Amino acid sequence: MSENKTAVTTADLTKVKPYGDTLNDGKVEMAFTLPVPYGEEAEECAKQYVKKLGFDEPNVTYYHELAPGYTFFVVYGAAQQTIDFTAIHVPKVEGNVMDRVECGEWIGENIGRDIVVVGASIESDAHTVGIDAIIQMKGFHGHFGLERFKNVVPYNMGSQVPCEQLIAKAKEVNADAILVSQTVTQKDIHIMNLTKMVELVEAEGLRDKVILTCGGPRISHELAQELGYDAGFGPGKYAEHVMSYVMQEVEKRGWQNKPKIEDR
Amino acid sequence: MKSKLNLDFEVVASARNHAKNIAKDMQDFISRHTTVSTERTILRLLGVDGVDDVDNPLPNVVVDQIKEAGALSTGVAYWIGNAIVQTGKTPQEIAEDMAEGKLDVTKLPTCTMEEAHEALQPSIKKTFEKIDMQKAKRQEYLDTIGSGPEPYLYVIVATGNIYEDVIQAQAAARQGADIIAVIRTTAQSLLDYVPYGATTEGFGGTYATQENFRIMRKALDEVGEEVGRYIRLCNYSSGMCMPEIAAMGALERLDVMLNDAIYGILFRDINMQRTLVDQFMSRVIIGYCGIIFNSGEDNYLTTDDAVESAHTVTASQFINEQFAVLANIPEEQMGLGHAFEMDPKTEDGFLLELSQAIMAREIFPKARLKYMPPTKFMTGNIFMGHIQDALFNLVAIWSHQSLLLQGMLTEAIHTPHMHDRYLSIENAQYIFNNCKHIGEDVEFKKDGIIQSRAQEVLKKADTLLAEVEEEGLFETIQKGKFGGVKRPFDGGHGLEGVTTRGENYFNPFTKLFMDHE
Repeated sequence: MSENKTAVTTADLTKVKPYGDTLNDGKVEMAFTLPVPYGEEAEECAKQYVKKLGFDEPNVTYYHELAPGYTFFVVYGAAQQTIDFTAIHVPKVEGNVMDRVECGEWIGENIGRDIVVVGASIESDAHTVGIDAIIQMKGFHGHFGLERFKNVVPYNMGSQVPCEQLIAKAKEVNADAILVSQTVTQKDIHIMNLTKMVELVEAEGLRDKVILTCGGPRISHELAQELGYDAGFGPGKYAEHVMSYVMQEVEKRGWQNKPKIEDR
Repeated sequence: MKSKLNLDFEVVASARNHAKNIAKDMQDFISRHTTVSTERTILRLLGVDGVDDVDNPLPNVVVDQIKEAGALSTGVAYWIGNAIVQTGKTPQEIAEDMAEGKLDVTKLPTCTMEEAHEALQPSIKKTFEKIDMQKAKRQEYLDTIGSGPEPYLYVIVATGNIYEDVIQAQAAARQGADIIAVIRTTAQSLLDYVPYGATTEGFGGTYATQENFRIMRKALDEVGEEVGRYIRLCNYSSGMCMPEIAAMGALERLDVMLNDAIYGILFRDINMQRTLVDQFMSRVIIGYCGIIFNSGEDNYLTTDDAVESAHTVTASQFINEQFAVLANIPEEQMGLGHAFEMDPKTEDGFLLELSQAIMAREIFPKARLKYMPPTKFMTGNIFMGHIQDALFNLVAIWSHQSLLLQGMLTEAIHTPHMHDRYLSIENAQYIFNNCKHIGEDVEFKKDGIIQSRAQEVLKKADTLLAEVEEEGLFETIQKGKFGGVKRPFDGGHGLEGVTTRGENYFNPFTKLFMDHE
């Protein structure tokens, strides 16, 4: 085995850049379309554009005419910018994450009553995939949904549920938490829908009497908090993440003996 | 044809027979009822169009007024026919007068049913001339420039702006697309009216309006002539305005229409009585006009598990086929739906998908099967997504699917970018060409995974259909047997728009639309 004593083996985390096959080579692959006619000028245009974005050695590996006046490119470049990884702070949902069985047991031991949640994909959004992934018994990708959790009573209202209806249901069943799902994000429709929900919950005087969470493929905890939610769940988050948070929050708020919304 | 899957065609016949009885049972219900949207469709076909001063479509204005007068059970055809007899005006003029509050059609002197029917003839004739002209135009295109080979590559545009859609659609056609679908704006299916005019704002899609249909039709004819291939136009009629949108599609020469009451019930929470009545009228129109309808069984697998619930898809295809038979839709216009939606982690998942797809083809040999790409397990990892789409394309060419929605590597991230469509079509064309005759050349091991799977799914579908026949379709849906979604008989949107037909009710179009080969 040869020993390469000159290779840089430890990244400087205060100055990170993309890794291709050698530390700090900065290699990035990009694919995009420019509204320019196909030809050598188009290739040069893509090269210059990538350079302007801050990449060295732009290399157009492929380009193709999509339609008259539109050219598609695959371009490689070496990034120059660096980021101080040590200075990064990402807000995260607090608490420990337990699995399905642990959640059920934890609720039994620490809450002493069932936790009730109500979920829906609200307003114009017709997609049930998100809320089903969290609530439906089958869950998603081998992660069972809340219907399969012990000591949890979930209600899945499906899609295109008006905010008013979701709130009414939460009141009716004395929900500890409301789970709002949004899948469609075109033109920021999800922001509008999620904002409407928060405003209505506040108007109903429920804001501190129910845990308000949202989830979806383009939702982060940070975004959720900005919009006024208690927590947000994005890609890669399953039922156990949601329930771990909700149950610990119920304990923190001292709702163990307050199953009824009016008592909280 | 020898079954590659060693299917027992007696089981197929049994399943089909159950489905036939299920559909017939529904048809008895359907023929006793009408709906506001069915009545609005009759108005549109009589030439009523446009909006009043607050943008209410005139068909809505007329139907609402008649309904409020408690006279809808007689049907708008009678009231308009009678108004023609009494006033000498055209249906459009009558509708305009009603919108301005100058006329109450239920307060006029009344003629006989026959006289009213007779008075409608000139308007009916005009509509059929228009539709027949559109049918002839499509045939002329198919006879001259022809269309691409199956599977037709079907792509969507969804910018929200019809003029932007045109640019995207024409680009897609130049890249090889055979069918362009304009996705509707989110929640249009729940509107109890069809918006009017050209539109430039929508969420996740573009409003289906007659003017938008016209604009896109023209654009696709232009690009079709340029590329030497007829480009089919697809839109969506499932929802509260199912037959109205079908009528608009007939008038503006759409070629493919999503049209499935069960889909509307399960996934849009539309009342089952309402949409099944609406579906009949819409399918009658579609059948006559040479439009391929697409059913939405593929959606079951987005809420239910594709391995465990594959038989619900097959069962529903049988039911949709029989509903189509009752509306006199030729087999070649039956775009029965299914999808490639198994979890990519499934061991031998590809074999199961292949089995299901070939089975659908063997059971419905002449149908224009609509095959949908993976969506549920697309993650945002576009590289993996592109490979999932490749396996989907391989199943499609192998099992001779007809209409193939192109999988996009960026599914689950955003509506397709222009180059996403290019990459997707390139993927499909590569696989179709490389595996062109794979379906003819490869046979399957007797009682191997592929054969056994198909036999098992077919058997389960037959058993389910027997249960549905026993219980009735309404009851089955209430129990959540399709898509794992439960819907109550009296729940959902639009029940208030269902009316029992009165003694003198007539719909002048049903019979005329059903009168074809």
